[in-house]
Amino acid sequence: MIMRKVAVLSTGLTKVDKHWRKSLRELYGEAAKAAINQTKVPQLDALIIGNMCASDLSDQNNIGALLADYLGMTPSMAYRIEAACGSGGAAVLGAYTAVASGMYDFVMTGGVEKLTDGVGGNTTYSLGKAADAEFELFYGSSFVSLNAMIMNHYMHVYHTSREDFADLAVLMHKNGARNPYAQLPFPITRDTVMNSDMISDPISLYDCAPVGDGAAALLLCPLEDAPKYSDTFVEIVGIAGATDTINISSRTDLLTLNSTVVAADRAYKMAKLTPKDIDVAEIHDTFTITGALSVEDLGFCEKGKFHKMLANGAFEAGGIVAINPSGGLKSRGHPVGATGAYQVAEIAMQLCNKADKWQVPDAEVGLAQNIGGSGSCTYITILRRGR
Amino acid sequence: MRPNIDVVIAGWGSYIPLYRVAVEEIAKMWGKSARHFKEELLIDEKAVAGQDEDVATIAVEAAKNALQRSGLAPTSLGAVFVGSESKPYAVKPTGTIVAEAIGATPRILAADMEFACKAGTETLQCCIGLVGSGMINYGMAIGADTAQGAPADSLEFSAGCGGTALIVGRKGYEKEPVATLEGSVSYVTDTPDFWRRPKREYPSHAEAFTGEPAYFAHVLSAGKILMEELSLKPSDFKYAVLHQPNGKFPIKAARMLGFNKEQVDSGLLVPYIGNLYAGSSVTGLSAVLDIAKPGDRIFMASFGSGAGSDAFSFVVNDGIDVKRDRSLTVRNYIKRKRNIDYAIYSKFRRKIVV
Repeated sequence: MIMRKVAVLSTGLTKVDKHWRKSLRELYGEAAKAAINQTKVPQLDALIIGNMCASDLSDQNNIGALLADYLGMTPSMAYRIEAACGSGGAAVLGAYTAVASGMYDFVMTGGVEKLTDGVGGNTTYSLGKAADAEFELFYGSSFVSLNAMIMNHYMHVYHTSREDFADLAVLMHKNGARNPYAQLPFPITRDTVMNSDMISDPISLYDCAPVGDGAAALLLCPLEDAPKYSDTFVEIVGIAGATDTINISSRTDLLTLNSTVVAADRAYKMAKLTPKDIDVAEIHDTFTITGALSVEDLGFCEKGKFHKMLANGAFEAGGIVAINPSGGLKSRGHPVGATGAYQVAEIAMQLCNKADKWQVPDAEVGLAQNIGGSGSCTYITILRRGR
Repeated sequence: MRPNIDVVIAGWGSYIPLYRVAVEEIAKMWGKSARHFKEELLIDEKAVAGQDEDVATIAVEAAKNALQRSGLAPTSLGAVFVGSESKPYAVKPTGTIVAEAIGATPRILAADMEFACKAGTETLQCCIGLVGSGMINYGMAIGADTAQGAPADSLEFSAGCGGTALIVGRKGYEKEPVATLEGSVSYVTDTPDFWRRPKREYPSHAEAFTGEPAYFAHVLSAGKILMEELSLKPSDFKYAVLHQPNGKFPIKAARMLGFNKEQVDSGLLVPYIGNLYAGSSVTGLSAVLDIAKPGDRIFMASFGSGAGSDAFSFVVNDGIDVKRDRSLTVRNYIKRKRNIDYAIYSKFRRKIVV
């Protein structure tokens, strides 16, 4: 089967925030208009949108039609993809295949999430549905408590401390402080993390990504057509998704995100690249433990060594790979179903030299890693600056 | 807003129950950290009504203190309004209980008002309207509450008990005015940040939604409009009193309006007695009147969920020095306290149903 090469033609973001006065459609509309206005494509053939919680928190299903209507795209085809926190990355994968297959030429994609439509317990419960409802959620597990077990195990196996993880949060906030789209754009110290309230031991408040709303939009088209519509586009050179057991008790190794390992391997092979070729990466650090496992399982460092590499500056611009110049989920924020779309859009911005104060110099190749659940699914997108 | 006839405050008085429960005590009960409430929300403890106290008794105590300060005969009052969200009866006015208890019946208008935490200043606006139109010479405005948060809810750490009565009089008719009203603003929208349905024991709230789109949006709007209409700036005020659901919100809102911490400190009572709901901003005003000097200008902005804010500007008059020492001050009541544990607190607040 011959697949067409695919480009990201343009992107649009809203700041991640508590957007009390904006609805789902207004948030995505803002991001989509920003993407659409950067180029003049003849038509929009399809909309594939990532979203996790709208049916729980906003009483809204049928997000595809909702947004197509709001954007004036009807009668174009539209649907929503739900893959928990991986919904955004899954939507980009869906849009990629739609263009690559030749079925559609110009496809709007991205993600939108409005977590502040819910209050505390409702939001926590809705997010908890990313886990195994029958064998995890039912017994009182929350998303945080599952990851706390993993972090405890990591600390025991690799003899690391809470401070080691805190330093990852410190780097994220240092990066996010330069990103105008970040929800928590301020620097913190190791003490900020260590002294913050304990959520689920050993995960404290500042080990966690915040709750926020946001939308990210991307416009995809065939690579061969991209130069007609923009001088700054990026090519999707590798893209893949993979899954792991839905409940963590079924895993043989709690400290490996196998869906990330498999999806990354497939994406690297498709792109004919290795981890050493990646200049900049947006990784999925829902909690600091998730960030640590991610940099290891993407092949950026050996298992159990993330903290030593972090201390050596390996994950900053000029190091082995610039990790989360956006601030990542920790500082940029985590509007769950939109997060993967933010990551791909942010990498595209980096490669197009459009990231302003958070720009990584001379970035040519970038990777976005978007996880759903506690690693039960991962979507990897590798981008290269358009030529 | 300005009345046709200038109005003044002729007397003020507050009442805060004896008992306190510390946030550590509540945190210990529910396995929570007190740090967030103490260090970020700036609440150390809250006032708790005793077993034989309710909004009616609190309002009566505050009303007696206000009358004592004013030197007026109770029968000189033309109206008494009680603003509260925790009135003892669902149907039966607290206003009549208070009016009867202080000897102001029967030739008096009495009513209750409800607007979550804003009800106290609503009663003040109504008295200003009645006095300012010439219908009555004096009116009593009371804000008092014994509001409760659900056990283990974040509101349980802050919901306190207490109240304040203000006597509004006609300028000129009142010979020893305490402070003169310069103007007021009422600012409301339909914003569902906090509510309690009928037959529900405890309120519901929308957590962080109670902040920026509710408290801050309304308090800042009312405050800015007031200062614009009166051509005043924050530095023209000696004191600024804002509704105090916690310590963080009024300090932040005051800073956003252009006030400094010194202007806010004297009326900031929430660290010691919690959020008095309808009694919150007016008790803050009462604490400021306890220490203010003639010529001082006072800014006050309430907030009520649902949502709205009333903002006022007063200039203190010479009568304040004459009347100040006729009653206990707010600080007197704050110092007069007895700490209780969660078990006694549960009994007093009828959380244990026998």
